[in-house]
Amino acid sequence: MDLDDTPEQAAYRAQVRTWLAEHKSQAPVLTGPEALKDEDEIVTARRAWQGKLAEAGLAGVTWPKEYGGQGLGPIEQLICNQEIAQAKVPSILDAIGVGMLGPTLIAHGADEQKARYLGPMLHGDEVWCQLFSEPAAGSDLAAVQARARLQDDGSWRLSGQKVWTTNAQFASYGLLLARTDSDVPKHKGMTMFIVPMDGAGVTVRGLRQISGEAEFNEVFFDDVALDSDAVVGGVGNGWGTALTTLMFERVTIGLGGEGLGYNATRFAKAIADDEDARRDPEIRHQLGEIVSELLAVRFTGYRTLTALQKGQIPGPEAGLAKVTIVNGAIKAGDLITDVVGPDALAQDSEWAYMISFLPGLKSAGGTEEILRNTIGERVLGLPPEPRLDKGIPFSELRSKEGAAV
Amino acid sequence: MNLALSDEQVFLREAARGALSRFKTIEAAREALDGNAPLPDLWPTACEAGWPGLLIDESAGGAGLDAFDAMLVLGECGRVLAGVALLGHLPATAILNDSPGAAKDQLEELATGERRAAYLPTSPPDDLAKEWTLDPAHGLRRPPALSAVNEGGDTQTRVNGALSFVPDAPGADLLVGVALLDGQPTGVAIDASASGVSIEAVQGYDATRSLGHITLKDVPATVLDASTESLAGAWHLAQALIAAESLGSVETALDVSVAYAKERHTFGRAIGSYQAVKHSLTEVLRQLENGRSLLYYAGWSRTGKPDEFPLAASAARSVAGRALDQAARTMISVHGGIGATWEHDAPLYFRRAQLSRRLLGGTAGATDRVAGELIAQASAA
Repeated sequence: MDLDDTPEQAAYRAQVRTWLAEHKSQAPVLTGPEALKDEDEIVTARRAWQGKLAEAGLAGVTWPKEYGGQGLGPIEQLICNQEIAQAKVPSILDAIGVGMLGPTLIAHGADEQKARYLGPMLHGDEVWCQLFSEPAAGSDLAAVQARARLQDDGSWRLSGQKVWTTNAQFASYGLLLARTDSDVPKHKGMTMFIVPMDGAGVTVRGLRQISGEAEFNEVFFDDVALDSDAVVGGVGNGWGTALTTLMFERVTIGLGGEGLGYNATRFAKAIADDEDARRDPEIRHQLGEIVSELLAVRFTGYRTLTALQKGQIPGPEAGLAKVTIVNGAIKAGDLITDVVGPDALAQDSEWAYMISFLPGLKSAGGTEEILRNTIGERVLGLPPEPRLDKGIPFSELRSKEGAAV
Repeated sequence: MNLALSDEQVFLREAARGALSRFKTIEAAREALDGNAPLPDLWPTACEAGWPGLLIDESAGGAGLDAFDAMLVLGECGRVLAGVALLGHLPATAILNDSPGAAKDQLEELATGERRAAYLPTSPPDDLAKEWTLDPAHGLRRPPALSAVNEGGDTQTRVNGALSFVPDAPGADLLVGVALLDGQPTGVAIDASASGVSIEAVQGYDATRSLGHITLKDVPATVLDASTESLAGAWHLAQALIAAESLGSVETALDVSVAYAKERHTFGRAIGSYQAVKHSLTEVLRQLENGRSLLYYAGWSRTGKPDEFPLAASAARSVAGRALDQAARTMISVHGGIGATWEHDAPLYFRRAQLSRRLLGGTAGATDRVAGELIAQASAA
């Protein structure tokens, strides 16, 4: 057991640190008085910065060399993430593309797709978004209803709605899970597509949340034309392709779970700043309980990395770390707001934003309840919930749903 | 970075599991509560396995291993509620091992287990209090550390004071802890057979946990040249060890509960298929995994980042103590009524949980130290 860098890792870290020190001045400024304000300017600057990071080999660290990556391991990716955070410069803009969708294309895409899309994705020239969730398909993702219909000439027509789509407002492409056959059971009738976001019939609308900000979008597709070569991983194989993306999502969380800023040090600082709170036994007790669990998650991430390095694939238990982070941050926000008082809820307060964002985050990547089901069944081996949707054609499900209760 | 067990560590853990499996420790725990039979003496087994010398340097006859290895053994003890006297012995040997002037033959006898030591738990200062304190006999107020009087020489002193609920004190040959000499925290080693030493065995709520109340009246003691960091480190090591032991008990409680949830049926379904049951078991797993991660943190930091060892060990204790409480209560509720009967094992894990949480400064004390360590860090930054 060792948390220190090997000599090779230390050399790599030094190389990354040197590059960041030399190029730091070119990074976009996102906080403080000098911060960029206009969203278009921010996106443009961050895309350019991603391009620089990619050229320097600090993006797509784990991607194979033939697709522009470095062919290195998850540890090197973590070292990069740590050094970028340490240098206080923004990370890549398209973490979803580079971290999850690119690796999915590498695993399932056709050679032509890899040659066409991976380079511009890695360099930030074309940003990607993930078009999986729908208003009626979240935790039960295999219930997607967005429908792609095959045309006589081999092309497709897509209609439907997606939701909770990060970066859709400036994305060039999306990876979309659509239903292509309703006459087979639901997991079998789906196909993954590459969708151009500037296509006719695509509408992106910001989705405002409790904070008042629109961190996500909803995306509407009205008879959007897709070429036959838009299919990724074969017609009818959409579920398997989606599972690959979700696996990379867990890796991304394992590598950067604390990137959300929900960490022990930040919360302790807020309490330490109040002379009375820092001495109050009850507040100390609550803080101690919260931060102990958040510290644990940091080391759970290192355990995940160790497993990755040994070639093991992270299982659903990584979802427990997400439950711990979100619930810990909710409790911390509550405690800090108790200490600070109504000022913590002021418009420009970091805490107001945090406590407004968290209730929604609880359901992101699957609700806490579905995560606990999955972990109970896959990790503890408990018997599954009785299900009414197994082996039934998707088209007949709706009528059975009503009859079952 | 590598947070996996080495082959040697896997072997150490498997060997411990094998050695302890030769005894019916769980049945014995119930028998002992009834007063029907004494607990099996596991110390010879510990000696055979080399556990007493885990934290003693090889040059002094020990295994020269680190806290994480000791935590693996404690985890196995916790799995089967085995009382092996390591919680008292190992922190004591850690202090002696850090004392350059300690007699080598003494260390050798402790490494083989020929003689057994008990640590006198003394909590170091935190961000709010400057005092070294002891666990109280009753109530919340923590008494000050033992006091020592200067005998004129550098190596001998006389110690006065009383300690309560000292793990593994009954039957120990040597007592090792902290006394205030001219107001300075100083390591002391006391021969348990010296005049003025009284050790009263405490019959506990958990019969597998050997505890003693100790009174020291003008007792001659050897002054140890261990550093203040080492004296504080022994407290934090004890926190890490009881955390590891508790998580071992959580593993068993969870395994047994999951197995029952798969076989017991109600309303035509295995109870483990119900979300309410499934989610409560998943909650135990969540806390267990958090605790395991913190054991790695504690194990690594003791030598890899000593500044963070108090934080890491306290966090491990905090999470593990709560995890065992949760696991024991879940074990009872998943089993329904039978889980609350004397015949079932669940009450034994419940008793272990309730007593462990209140020893060595308590789980709550560790939780407070986590906050204190981070508050101090934040203020310094």
